[in-house]
Amino acid sequence: MQVSSSLRESLITGGKTVGDVSEDICRQVEGKPTKLWWMAFGVSLVLLGFGVYTMSMTLWNGIGMWGLNKTVGWAWDITNFVWWVGIGHAGTLISAILLLFRQKWRMSINRAAEAMTIFAVICAATFPLIHMGRLWLGFYWALPLPNAFGSLWVNFNSPLLWDVFAISTYFTVSLVFWYIGLIPDFAVIRDRAVRMGNNTRAIIYNALSFGWQGGAKTWMRYESVALILAGLSTPLVLSVHTIVSMDFATSVVPGWHTTIFPPYFVAGAIFSGFAMVLTLLLITRKLFRLEDYITIYHVELMNIIIIVTGSIVGIAYITEFFIAWYGQVPAEQYAFINRATGPYWWAYWSMMTCNVISPQLFWFKKIRTSLVATFVLSIIVNIGMWFERFVIIVTSLHRDYLPSSWSMFYPTMYDVGEYVLTFGFFFAAFLLFAKFFPVINMAEVKSIIKSSSEKKH
Amino acid sequence: MSITKKTYWKGIQQLKNDPAFVKHADKEFVDLGVENDPRHTRRDFLKMMGFSVAAASLAACEAPIRKAIPFVNKPIDADPSIPNYYASTYVNGGDYCSVVVKTREGRPIKIEGNSLSKVSRGGTNAQVEASVMSLYDNYRLRGPKKGNDSANWEDVDKEITAKLQEVAAANGQIRIVSNTILSPSTKAAIERFKAKYPTASHVQYDQVSYYGILKGNEASFGKAFIPSYDFAKAKLIVSVGADFLGTWLSPIEFTKQYSVNRKISEDNRNMSRHYQFETNLTLTGANADYRTMIKPSQQGLVVAQLYNLIAGKAGSAAVSAGMDKVNYLDKAAEELWANRGKALLVCGSNDKDVQVLVNGINAMLDSYGSTILADKAVNFRQGNDEAMATFVADAADSKIGAVVFYNCNPVYDHPMGAQLGAALKNISLTVSTSYTEDETASMSAYKAPDHHYLESWNDFEPKANSFSLSQPAITPIFKTRQAQESLLMWAGEKVEYFTFVKNNWKDWYFNQSALGLGFQAFWDKCLYDGVLEVGGESGESLSFAGDVNAASSAISANYKANNTGFEIALYESYGVGNGSQANNPLLQELPDPITKAVWDHYATISQKDAAALGVNNDAEGRTQYLNIAIGGKSVKLPALVQPGQTPGTIGIALGYGRTKVGKVAENLGQNVYPLVVMANGSLNYTITSGVTPTLVDEPYQIAQTQIHQTYMGRSNVIQESVLSEFKKDPEAGREFPKITKWEEKVDPGTVSLWKGHDYNNHHWGMSIDLNSCTGCGACIVACNVENNVALVGKQEVINRREMHWLRIDRYYSSDTTDISDYAALEHASENPEVVFQPMLCQHCNNAPCETVCPVAATTHSTEGLNQMTYNRCIGTRYCANNCPYKVRRFNWFKYHDNQQFYESNPAMNTDLGRMVLNPDVTVRSRGVMEKCSFCVQRIQSGKLAAKREKRKVKDGDVVTACQASCTSGAIVFGDMNDSESQISKLLQIARSKDRPNSSDKQIGNPRAYRVLEEIGVKPNIFYLTKIKNKDVTNA
Repeated sequence: MQVSSSLRESLITGGKTVGDVSEDICRQVEGKPTKLWWMAFGVSLVLLGFGVYTMSMTLWNGIGMWGLNKTVGWAWDITNFVWWVGIGHAGTLISAILLLFRQKWRMSINRAAEAMTIFAVICAATFPLIHMGRLWLGFYWALPLPNAFGSLWVNFNSPLLWDVFAISTYFTVSLVFWYIGLIPDFAVIRDRAVRMGNNTRAIIYNALSFGWQGGAKTWMRYESVALILAGLSTPLVLSVHTIVSMDFATSVVPGWHTTIFPPYFVAGAIFSGFAMVLTLLLITRKLFRLEDYITIYHVELMNIIIIVTGSIVGIAYITEFFIAWYGQVPAEQYAFINRATGPYWWAYWSMMTCNVISPQLFWFKKIRTSLVATFVLSIIVNIGMWFERFVIIVTSLHRDYLPSSWSMFYPTMYDVGEYVLTFGFFFAAFLLFAKFFPVINMAEVKSIIKSSSEKKH
Repeated sequence: MSITKKTYWKGIQQLKNDPAFVKHADKEFVDLGVENDPRHTRRDFLKMMGFSVAAASLAACEAPIRKAIPFVNKPIDADPSIPNYYASTYVNGGDYCSVVVKTREGRPIKIEGNSLSKVSRGGTNAQVEASVMSLYDNYRLRGPKKGNDSANWEDVDKEITAKLQEVAAANGQIRIVSNTILSPSTKAAIERFKAKYPTASHVQYDQVSYYGILKGNEASFGKAFIPSYDFAKAKLIVSVGADFLGTWLSPIEFTKQYSVNRKISEDNRNMSRHYQFETNLTLTGANADYRTMIKPSQQGLVVAQLYNLIAGKAGSAAVSAGMDKVNYLDKAAEELWANRGKALLVCGSNDKDVQVLVNGINAMLDSYGSTILADKAVNFRQGNDEAMATFVADAADSKIGAVVFYNCNPVYDHPMGAQLGAALKNISLTVSTSYTEDETASMSAYKAPDHHYLESWNDFEPKANSFSLSQPAITPIFKTRQAQESLLMWAGEKVEYFTFVKNNWKDWYFNQSALGLGFQAFWDKCLYDGVLEVGGESGESLSFAGDVNAASSAISANYKANNTGFEIALYESYGVGNGSQANNPLLQELPDPITKAVWDHYATISQKDAAALGVNNDAEGRTQYLNIAIGGKSVKLPALVQPGQTPGTIGIALGYGRTKVGKVAENLGQNVYPLVVMANGSLNYTITSGVTPTLVDEPYQIAQTQIHQTYMGRSNVIQESVLSEFKKDPEAGREFPKITKWEEKVDPGTVSLWKGHDYNNHHWGMSIDLNSCTGCGACIVACNVENNVALVGKQEVINRREMHWLRIDRYYSSDTTDISDYAALEHASENPEVVFQPMLCQHCNNAPCETVCPVAATTHSTEGLNQMTYNRCIGTRYCANNCPYKVRRFNWFKYHDNQQFYESNPAMNTDLGRMVLNPDVTVRSRGVMEKCSFCVQRIQSGKLAAKREKRKVKDGDVVTACQASCTSGAIVFGDMNDSESQISKLLQIARSKDRPNSSDKQIGNPRAYRVLEEIGVKPNIFYLTKIKNKDVTNA
């Protein structure tokens, strides 16, 4: 039984009934796509096309199409990888950790956030793949598969191998979790399709729902599975970015070789993930008229999480500097001074402004409850988080131990193109999801509607 | 024309009128074929179709056949995969080096120094190392040509001989023009030619003239010669503008000698002191202990002042010229005098008056007979500027009937080249024997190409009584012919040059040797050794009789202490030299030791002048053009701000701006030979008046392999001190980083997650002496050739993607010593001290690259090598990121069989160029990482050779390519498990008793340090501290 305090504001506004929920959410699945949807989808496809072109050129000619060099061996590729993985984290946090903590407000946003996770992880995974010099071999050589090369095995010492495990596990668990959540909602769409006499849709959604009938036993099992998967996902929220951070933390590069990285990366991931969830939901909310489901209250709560994680990230930045001074390792001291005052000072200060200063604006209730301000700041936060990874990767590499090898990194059209590729894919995939799948978890929202939706009188 | 009636028949059947034939005689094709034959059934159709499909797919599978024809009778000394070595001699004009050529399957693939030579003593330089690539130059002439058309030798010979006779009959003048000829037999051939055509005479010139020195010596001693110098005997060296380690006279020999007194140890705490007074920052200046910047217009006065200072001490009369306030000059004079008998003054000036004073000083210092061996005259430079100028004038006046350019290119590399080029069409016979169609050859009517030196027979006399031979290491690739043979042919003597040389040796040297062997045995030995030393030094002493006062007054007139205008100092580039090997991509991509620029021609200017002219040359090599007006001429070159450049001067390299040279170097830079003018009877490579540089606001980017110039005061990278400190404490300059634990500070090597390795067989290691390394870059080229390192071209160097496995880091000092003042540390001093640090894979025992590779493509060997398995590499580049030394190189593109790199990398992109590749080393594919392997193929072949002989590998069996090329002996490679090896002795390695084969060895040499010791990666390469022979630190 769901019980909620009568003092609490309703999570769903507009006095929605169970029928309204089905109607509101299924409307865009059943109807024709709007003009706006087509435009957005068209733009996404254009971006995707450009990205596919640049990626093909890179695969055909070599990684030399990018701006990398002998000193800076990773730049946009791994920056984008870490950025996308980070973004994915919010989805898992919302659906797993908030589920365990029984935060009901997550119910109207978890579906979209999880979808975002899936697409972000796919985007992220493209970078470790295409950044390889020999993708055609690397995509399976990096897996511990039995092989005919004699006793060749992968190197379990390598953080890159840990990445392979971390990302693939994360993707699998997230996908299963998301899909299981979708099953009852697919069944709703199927039932409506049957009622409307749309046989094709009924067949498709019946298949997608695995023939869900909604019996009490089925619901019971469904909820246990959700709980188990939430339990499985919870450590992943912490472990995936921890492992990603070890790509850097276990190296000898000054600026990478720091023990603070795991918690700092996880906080950063949640920070950027929530910002991305906000960006997407504010658009979806407007586009699909879901203002009653994704309310100012949701936005405010997420903004509070952004203040918290943003502050953690800010403290991490300061701690790094303190330790560089306190540790008295000259190379590390130089690395940090160089971040702030070297040739990439602008990247560092962009990062500081976007990640540390801008979220502090959410202390003002007026700002954290303003949709426009939230939208702008959510984008700023993600720009900042992109710069954070760029600062960590490029400014650490470009001037490390031997001054003779110091150099600069200048991105080419192909570096940018690969990033555009993932944006094209991400938005195209999200738009398809939003059009064909229920963007809000109807089943869960219906469970809170009676207790927390204000009644029509 | 008579019509013969012939019958043609289709076959024997027609002739015999076979009935079966007659039946189908009207049809072209006898068989009806599958489609028309009604007897064929569905089954046949299916069979046919099945066969066709199978046949078509089989045909598609078949690899294109490349001809690989086995020997029918295998030559006795040619075994597949077994290299052969031939002693030979590299000669390019007057540049000389005795070499050993390594051939594989009949192809020369590597050049190394010949240690039997008493001249070059096993040393090489970048140009010698790179010359093997010139053999496979695509721009080489494929055979003789008449005009622009290919011809055959018979016709060409016939026509040339006829024309020569015609000219001779009309009493027309005939000239043979060449650079310095070191070969006695070539000179004999020329004499034969002259005997046949009495109006013929031989004109020698040098691309960079030493005629002033010849004349100076003539004025001093009555004999035009250049003596041998022995820097090994000199405790005090003063050089006024002579870049003797880089380009001056005989740099390989001098480097060898110079390094003798720069090697110090606990037991030998003495080293030579070296003062350099110069305009451009040269390689020699970079190695000097004290360096003073002077202007070219002051050079004569500096020498005169030094003369006066020495004369004052010697009690001789002073001369009138001189100048005050030359930094360190008084000190240099003081010490020269104190070290007389073991002091040496050299001067790069080509002004005979200056050289007379230099000789006078050396005479007062008793250098003759000690550091200068006048009786061992060198033949490296015999060019006569006046004779050449007369020739060009005669040619312009149409006084010359025929000219043969013997392997020289005066149209490009003589100051009056343009005039000569214009005059050539008025000469009725012009022949060039150059092996490429260079500027002179393309303007000559006949091209009679000579062999490349690796295809030739020849003999040389680099110094009096020192001889060497060159022998072919490959059958001539093209239809070229030995130029001497051509000359003899045109003189009416059809004789093989090999026979000619051999007969000459029989006549000239065999009797002298009186060894009790037959001539064939003598000849075989000479050929095997490549060199022959005859007799001893005559001990002839010279007495100085130069007129110093006359010289001094000429200097007073020609030099100025306070010239205000800009001046230009021309110099030979370290890579392409005088330009004759400009089409060699190995040299174009060799970073200049000082500027670290590749593929580029630029004008070096001082920091002060850059500010005044408004030149902004940033760290990325981006700069602007300077338009430099010189009298009526002008050159437009990008400016490169060069610390150490004398303010008010501009340095410009010779050897660029070739126009007929081949794809690699075409139109790269400007030809500045025309700027050279005749002064005081010889060519002068400085311009001291009428020079006005103006900024052209046009951006340009110079490609440099190193864009950060200082070592930021990081003592974990460079550890250096001065001799006086070293004398007190051999650990001077060393830094001992400590790791802080809770209660104590410990050595970084003691804190580790790793247990270390046990190398039960060998433990390969290397020691690099920063004090011996002159930074010349021969090792870079040697490594490139040995390991098939791809050359990537200018744009890729700008993208910071050069592939060199071995680089030489060049660091300038900065004015500050405050290691936290980063901004000031980045800025090089106006006249900096320079340190060179060869940097290659350090083969760490705790290699950070090995742990991060996800697929274990880079692993540790049981002999301490950090190995790279190209086949396994998937190209994540994590290893390169995690390499603290940044020595790993990624194949960003496919560098072989790729049109994009056709021009910069012919060795992997043309059929001819590919012949230079070392078959023992894989050509790496795109997307894999590569790096120095410690020449693992050489280690392997050394081990195999020892195994075949059933013995242990002994020191010297394995020599890496960089070590072999290192003239100064800075690089020592060997087995650190072998207590008898040179490296074990040098580093004073002590092995622990309980774990003798452990990777952790006690290093006893107080100078030895590991770069970045504090990060605990434990490299197998040790560096020996740089010690400057200065009185105080930071003076």
